[in-house]
Amino acid sequence: MSIRTRTAWLFLAPMLVTLGVVAAWPLARTIWFSFTDANINDPSLAQWIGFEHYFGEFGLFANATNTDGFWNSDWGIAIVNTLKFACVSVTLETMSGMGVALLLNQEFKGRALVRAAVLVPWAIPTIVSAKMWGWMLHDQFGLVNDWLLQLHLINERIAWTADPHYALWTTVAVDVWKTTPFMALLILAALQTLPKECYEAARVDGVHPLRVFWRITLPLIRTPLMVAVIFRLLDALRVFDLIYVLTANDSSTISMSGFVRREMVENGNMGYGSAAATSLFVIIGLATVLLIRLGRVRMSEETA
Amino acid sequence: MKRFDGWRLALYLAAAAVTAISVFPFLYAISTSLKTGTALFDPSLIPATPSLDNYLQLFRSSENPFGRHILNSIMVSFAVVTLSLLIGVTAAYAFGRIAFKGRGLLLSAVLAVSMFPQVAVLSGMFEMIRFLGLYNRALGLILPYMIFTLPFTVWVLTTFMRQLPKELEEAAIMDGCGPARILRSVFLPLLWPAMVSTGLLAFIAAWNEFMFALTFVIDNDQRTVPVSISLITGASRYDIPWGKIMAASVVVTIPLIVLVLVFQRKIVSGLTAGAVKG
Repeated sequence: MSIRTRTAWLFLAPMLVTLGVVAAWPLARTIWFSFTDANINDPSLAQWIGFEHYFGEFGLFANATNTDGFWNSDWGIAIVNTLKFACVSVTLETMSGMGVALLLNQEFKGRALVRAAVLVPWAIPTIVSAKMWGWMLHDQFGLVNDWLLQLHLINERIAWTADPHYALWTTVAVDVWKTTPFMALLILAALQTLPKECYEAARVDGVHPLRVFWRITLPLIRTPLMVAVIFRLLDALRVFDLIYVLTANDSSTISMSGFVRREMVENGNMGYGSAAATSLFVIIGLATVLLIRLGRVRMSEETA
Repeated sequence: MKRFDGWRLALYLAAAAVTAISVFPFLYAISTSLKTGTALFDPSLIPATPSLDNYLQLFRSSENPFGRHILNSIMVSFAVVTLSLLIGVTAAYAFGRIAFKGRGLLLSAVLAVSMFPQVAVLSGMFEMIRFLGLYNRALGLILPYMIFTLPFTVWVLTTFMRQLPKELEEAAIMDGCGPARILRSVFLPLLWPAMVSTGLLAFIAAWNEFMFALTFVIDNDQRTVPVSISLITGASRYDIPWGKIMAASVVVTIPLIVLVLVFQRKIVSGLTAGAVKG
């Protein structure tokens, strides 16, 4: 080993030790706990029970006592809720982020002010935005119901955060409000690297702006856009705090992370909760690999 | 000419709409925080009789010591940022300046850590925190918070470190400087804009964290701000003190908004100017 390489490992050592202690070891313990009947009160009494939590009688995936089928079990519902939340919110965020980025990429008076204003939702802590919207969407005294009533868009006040028909979509809307700035900033950064000549040539040739967007802008920012979408999607798949604070966190909205925490901490079933956590970890891992593959394949098609 | 005017008009309307949607909810939160009693149920933006009662109550309440919670949050966030930057900058030096076998793989592994779901370490972390006697202590939160601040810090600082010109380091090596000295005297002065921006982002992430704080701290004196806000309750389930909740929200959000608006310029100048000037 050369001196230079030895220096590298020496400088990496503090980070490696820290990540080993705070990430690798706890993750390994969680996976181990998922094969035991550990209880939160005294994990040291844990007994090995194999795949019981996954495929046993009361397991997460092959539950014989669950006559309604997997997708109606609490875990199945949590998976569906999370996927719905993640896919819909990331799609909407990408579209609105793109819109805001295109707007901020234009030249107009007061642009700096608008750009600063757009950052406000991003700067607000998730818990605060959950409480803020919880108040505005309050069924009795909320501003939103008031406005909608005055505009005659609804006939009676709606319990946005409690009614199972609306609760999940309400969390999606609040999440879109909060994370659009993040998307917009990343897309804007990408837009600002684009060569101006293309656009001038297109304008001289009289190409329709929409066509310019589809044929020039979108292909050119594809890679940074994909990166932003992947980051947001992985973030959305582990959602917990927004749903926990804004809604009742019951089966109509509970996410996979919420399910894990409920089983582990509130019900004390550390082993069962760990099995759910491990499953979530595997699902997110697979999603990551899939998304990166998908992004690359498309990109290589583009160049071929 | 006519089409041009219409387009301008649409642009300004869109800009106004985006601004209103972004800012209004927070303005309404400020307005609510100044209302008390039945005034709360009047949805107008400008309070008829503004009062600071909610703010006074917030800091006087002994069962939910909000001032203490703010101190806890500041303490934890500062510790997390300091540790992440210290460990991050040495790692970034190795990643950014030295070509060694397995560098790409290791860097991807670090990025993967920042992406994995935090509940995946919940039970293992719970066991460790109890074992170390850190359960129910605000400072114990430093441990789980490093999971998301450290990989991110390493990643961003590595990107910045790579942009610095090679000649700087070569000149220092010629002068007989060791790696520690090069990092401290050559790179650190050039990296400070990057350190400020990553530090701020890490600070915000730690300040906002909710799940670990909710799970690992039960004691009222040791809570951090997000959990504190989520637990502000009234006499009954139907008597939620919205004015007080909004007051707490405003108190913790205004410093963040100020930081982010200042930081916006920092990251732009940090990215574009970088170390080319050096």
